[in-house]
Amino acid sequence: MTETPSVALFVTCLVDAMRPQIGFAALHALEAAGCTVVVPPEQTCCGQPALNSGDRARAVLLAQRTIAMLEGYDYVVIPSGSCAGTIRCHYPEILADDPAWLARAEAVAARTWEVMAFLDEVRGWRPDGVTLNASATYHDSCSGLRELGIKAQPRRLLAAVGGLTLKPLAGAETCCGFGGTFCVKYPAISNAIVGEKAQAIDASGAQLLLAGDLGCLMNMAGKLHRMGSPVRAYHAIELIAGMGDEPAIGEDA
Amino acid sequence: MNAFTRRADRALDDRLLKVAVERTAGTAEVKRAAAVAAFDDFEQARDRAAAIKDHVVAHLGHYLEQFEANATAAGAKVHWARTADEACRIVVALCKAAGAKSVARSKSMLGEEIGLPHALAEAGIARVETDLAEHIIQLADERPSHIIWPAMHKTREQVSALFRARHRQPHVEDSIPAMAESARRQLRGAMLGADVGISGANFLIADTGGVCTVTNEGNAELSLVPPRIHIVTAGIEKIVPSMPHAVHMLRMLTRSATGAALTQYTTFYTGPRRQGDRDGPEEMHIVLVDNGRTTMREEGLAEMLRCIRCGACMNHCVVFRQIGGHAYGGTYPGPMGAVLTPVLDGLAASRDLASACTLNGKCQEVCPVRIPLPTLLRGWRERSWREGLEPTTMRAGIGIWAWVAARPRLYRLASGFAVKALRFVADRGWIARLPLAGGWTRHRDLPGPARATFMQQYAARQRKGGSR
Repeated sequence: MTETPSVALFVTCLVDAMRPQIGFAALHALEAAGCTVVVPPEQTCCGQPALNSGDRARAVLLAQRTIAMLEGYDYVVIPSGSCAGTIRCHYPEILADDPAWLARAEAVAARTWEVMAFLDEVRGWRPDGVTLNASATYHDSCSGLRELGIKAQPRRLLAAVGGLTLKPLAGAETCCGFGGTFCVKYPAISNAIVGEKAQAIDASGAQLLLAGDLGCLMNMAGKLHRMGSPVRAYHAIELIAGMGDEPAIGEDA
Repeated sequence: MNAFTRRADRALDDRLLKVAVERTAGTAEVKRAAAVAAFDDFEQARDRAAAIKDHVVAHLGHYLEQFEANATAAGAKVHWARTADEACRIVVALCKAAGAKSVARSKSMLGEEIGLPHALAEAGIARVETDLAEHIIQLADERPSHIIWPAMHKTREQVSALFRARHRQPHVEDSIPAMAESARRQLRGAMLGADVGISGANFLIADTGGVCTVTNEGNAELSLVPPRIHIVTAGIEKIVPSMPHAVHMLRMLTRSATGAALTQYTTFYTGPRRQGDRDGPEEMHIVLVDNGRTTMREEGLAEMLRCIRCGACMNHCVVFRQIGGHAYGGTYPGPMGAVLTPVLDGLAASRDLASACTLNGKCQEVCPVRIPLPTLLRGWRERSWREGLEPTTMRAGIGIWAWVAARPRLYRLASGFAVKALRFVADRGWIARLPLAGGWTRHRDLPGPARATFMQQYAARQRKGGSR
């Protein structure tokens, strides 16, 4: 492995459209961790909405174009456990019937990482000189937690942020009720789930809510805001990259 | 609004339901976690349990024949039923041949699956449910809402009122022991006086021909030993090769279901009363039911046949915890029910179940036999898509979006436009109401996007030189 590996940053469609600074935070942290970061200009969406809706054919098409786009790099890094899980776990599944594509899918899958897991496990990197005097609580988003085993990595990185205290969150591993299209297909059920989650976040006493997936964060932040809770939400990589003093999710930039 | 959504909405409006579900499932979750932590290498035990079931499912014919031979040698009679109707006809015919007026039934989800309570009623045979929760369900004329605790949807306060209204000699003091005593007075005579006892099976043991039931109330034993005839109805996937295998599965079952190391009563019934036995039925009949199971094995659902009906998946499911079991509309609720109901009731009537899931993976994490429930649910979603059962708006939406997502330049244009439009409707960063996204904004605010997309901002920075 080269000393300065080439990393393709796949920002995800949601970060691209809704919160670009997560992409810039990932970019900044990856560069600080000694990587040569490339943002493939052809990137759009990994295809997860099609996959989870049952539209296998379109999921396969989007998987193939995404694989072709991401093949030439040492690593593919993504600021989302859910999208990284799609590439790592589900691309090989949906391309299993085509040996040539399966091999390509597996090769890309093996080099694909969620950004915080990559910084921690692959680069052994820690934020240096980053300070934020605040208390935060962390929600473990489901795909990252259960498909990729992301639990300790973000906490190790956050522990290196000076002045930041992490408060425990009751039910931190319980789904927030986002579930992609689930939240708009079954809004009432989703609302009941996120309502409990927002109450637990509020009860944690933390000033900030952190997580590793923008979809879940938008769901929880939107509920907290509707409830009138003062808790502000960030993607954890924003704090890790020293961008925790910028406006939180939903605060107008 | 479709039938599932209507049922779910009704459940969400029922505050007592939420209280009842949380009490039971919440307790089960805590107790299971403690039992798993106290177990020496539960993960390895899960591997073994899954391997046992996979082996049996792969060699189902072999073990079923072995079971039949050994059960027959022990004096039982084995019957084979391809469908639910066939199974019910066999049971009703056995009851009629015995001149049975009343049957005592020990809780069995297979019995619910095949519609046995209904079939007995149609045949004019009185049925007494002897499991406490099934007794509650029978008094209330409802259906089970959970596979372990059929009356989970009722609070103890509701049960107390029900007993007061329906028991001959109801409890006076409002305590659980007094309520249990009231049920005992109501049920004991009926159990001892029944002509036929009907049970399910937690396990069928191939090398002994024995049938295992687990209960906490001892009602199975009281319902099955005194009557003249014991009829077992069991799904063919309940088979295990031997007693040591049964014991391993039992350890997984009780811990996963209630967090207990063992249930109060674990009984192995092997044949009817033998010469010299002090008690036991004169006849034992075992009805082995397929009802779609061999089809499941052939149609990519073989892993679902590992299921030992512990209920851990539903106890840990965020959706089940909000809507309870009745909203699922089938015999089996929760994640395992969402996989099984399309097999039993058809996908067209149940396609919502696979979709009404966040795919968070918790069910798979707690499944004692490692059933990949999210993968199987995805399978139903794919089939529903292929068969054109998904709503037109969703099909069109995904189609257009995927077409654009495969064309980066067009995608950049579209996302840039969408961001501008969203910013237009945002008020100080938040969007409280949004056309076409009412599902989101009815319940929560939508954070508005930044001034430009990441790709636009990144391109601008690149033009200026330097990445930041």
